[in-house]
Amino acid sequence: MSGRVLVGVKRVIDYAVKIRVKPDHTGVVTDGVKHSMNPFCEIAVEEAVKLKEKKLIKEVVAVSCGPQQSQETIRTALAMGADRGIHVEVSGKDYDSLGPLQVSKILAALAKKEEAQLIILGKQAIDDDCNQTGQMTAALLDWPQGTFASEVSLEAEKIKVVREIDGGLETIKINTPAVLTADLRLNTPRYATLPNIMKAKKKKIANVKPADLGVDLTSRLEVLRVDEPPQREAGVKVETVEDLVAKLKDTGKI
Amino acid sequence: MAALGPLSRLAGLGCINRSRLMLNRVLQKRGIASCIDPSHGLTDEQKEFQKVAFDFAANEMAPNMAEWDQKEIFPVETMRKAAQLGFGGIYVRPDVGGSGLSRLDTSIIFEALSTGCVSTTAYISIHNMCAWMIDTFGNTNQREKYCPDLCSMERFASYCLTEPGSGSDAASLLTSAQQKGDHYVLNGSKAFISGGGDTDVYVVMCRTGGKGSKGISCLVVEKGTPGLSFGKKEKKVGWNSQPTRAVIFEDCAVPVTNRLGEEGQGFSIAMKGLNGGRINIASCSLGAAHASVLLARDHLLVRKQFGETLANSQFLQFKLAEMATKLVAARLLVREAATALQENRPDAVSICSMAKLFVTDECFNVCNQALQMHGGYGYLKDYAVQQFVRDIRVHQILEGTNEVMRMIISRNLLTEL
Repeated sequence: MSGRVLVGVKRVIDYAVKIRVKPDHTGVVTDGVKHSMNPFCEIAVEEAVKLKEKKLIKEVVAVSCGPQQSQETIRTALAMGADRGIHVEVSGKDYDSLGPLQVSKILAALAKKEEAQLIILGKQAIDDDCNQTGQMTAALLDWPQGTFASEVSLEAEKIKVVREIDGGLETIKINTPAVLTADLRLNTPRYATLPNIMKAKKKKIANVKPADLGVDLTSRLEVLRVDEPPQREAGVKVETVEDLVAKLKDTGKI
Repeated sequence: MAALGPLSRLAGLGCINRSRLMLNRVLQKRGIASCIDPSHGLTDEQKEFQKVAFDFAANEMAPNMAEWDQKEIFPVETMRKAAQLGFGGIYVRPDVGGSGLSRLDTSIIFEALSTGCVSTTAYISIHNMCAWMIDTFGNTNQREKYCPDLCSMERFASYCLTEPGSGSDAASLLTSAQQKGDHYVLNGSKAFISGGGDTDVYVVMCRTGGKGSKGISCLVVEKGTPGLSFGKKEKKVGWNSQPTRAVIFEDCAVPVTNRLGEEGQGFSIAMKGLNGGRINIASCSLGAAHASVLLARDHLLVRKQFGETLANSQFLQFKLAEMATKLVAARLLVREAATALQENRPDAVSICSMAKLFVTDECFNVCNQALQMHGGYGYLKDYAVQQFVRDIRVHQILEGTNEVMRMIISRNLLTEL
């Protein structure tokens, strides 16, 4: 199989930043806050670049949906070894309500347009923790999916995927074209090298609008309120087991 | 961290400390500590370089910096990993394996790497300086022979100018190089050589001619050359991840073909190397100061005395603000000096000296104040801030003491045409 791989990369708040909720409780503070590529997306890019280095696939295309700043994330993917990028411009209110359903519609449309053989995504984004985009994209395309991948190997026209599941590791073989989502232990993403960062400057990033792909961005979800997790309260000491059971019943825990 | 809603309500009632509210508001509105963010004003490409350097520093260096310091480990493998990313010859030309970046790009990279370990980054910068000297003043054979291995850090380099009898008065150096046929025979010794004994390629300034700077030439000496030996490893206050030794020449024969440039050009080559070296060392001080300000800031937000966090003390707030201001001023001066050097501006030498002088002094003060803010904890080796202080103290001394920097600047001001 020597074709084109689409890799989705999402720009998220950097994992090291302390998240703060906006005073109006509509979301978290993003202005002036450090952003970077979602760590699972980095793992996805690394896997795609590795496949290209093994000459198992021909081209790696990095895709990101978002405002102007998403181009920085695509550039990082290019510096890691992706060949070109596609920036799907979504900003303002559309961006605030952008979720897995809309992104998977976009990715499905792009996969058809680019005649991709494989889509590799991170298993979830660290801002919304949805863990849905990969699965939805596969469903929309009616492609097989290998999610939570901790090992991927291409064999003839099939892909062998070792998946991390609650019970342990599950190995499946799926047909191509397919959607894979990367889990933590799939690989260790490389640092971009200085020469690759410079080469990335010359690589092309195409601009696309969701309307061009025939995608409707209307969200079916409405965020009512965003709150911080409740403050940890002091515990209470009890003398006897009976007291403990009574307290648990009181607070409705049992 | 408490939700901000209740705080605003309480402030309206006038019963909450005003400075705490202001601090929270600043943090929430403008992003965390964004006034000292080192990526301001950089191009997208420079931000990418900086990101790689910061990531490398955080993942590969910072977790080891204390151990490297305490056990005096020269982290060869880590430096080679850095070289794989292109950090071995950042401003060396690409045709011999360098990354071909500008002085400003270099400054940004060393500043970021330094937050992970000052001592190791400083050595990498010295190595870069030597690679550049060979790249710039060497002939084709010399460039091809040495630069690729230096850029990949297959081999490591040391810069040998200082002697027991000549530090600031560098031009009075005594190591002699007498030509005998197709070799120079070297006699003398160099002092305080970073990497000495563990490195492979020595860029040595020695006397081939008469007295003064015009009699000095620059030779490349390889480890293993008969007559080349090393003194004991010095015990230092900081910079412990790089060994420092005397380099001794006893009838050490070096091929004439190892001379960089012409006879008598050595001092000029050495000084040109140092212009860039001074920007690099200043950049290392910047990284340490940046890391120290963040450490101090975090400590102020956590440590409580007299019923509230230290961040509520106006004295400490003001002190932190002064530290941040000096840091940003220093950073701007280094970056301007880097640009001046890159563009070969007439003021390049002076501004590089000004940058080295101002930045190393101010950043040491910043790190020192950050240590003070930690109280007793700042004095413990469990806390990183003391290592930043110890490591950058020497930046005020080497690559030209800050006193020599004043000489250079005053000469520029007072010399009559």
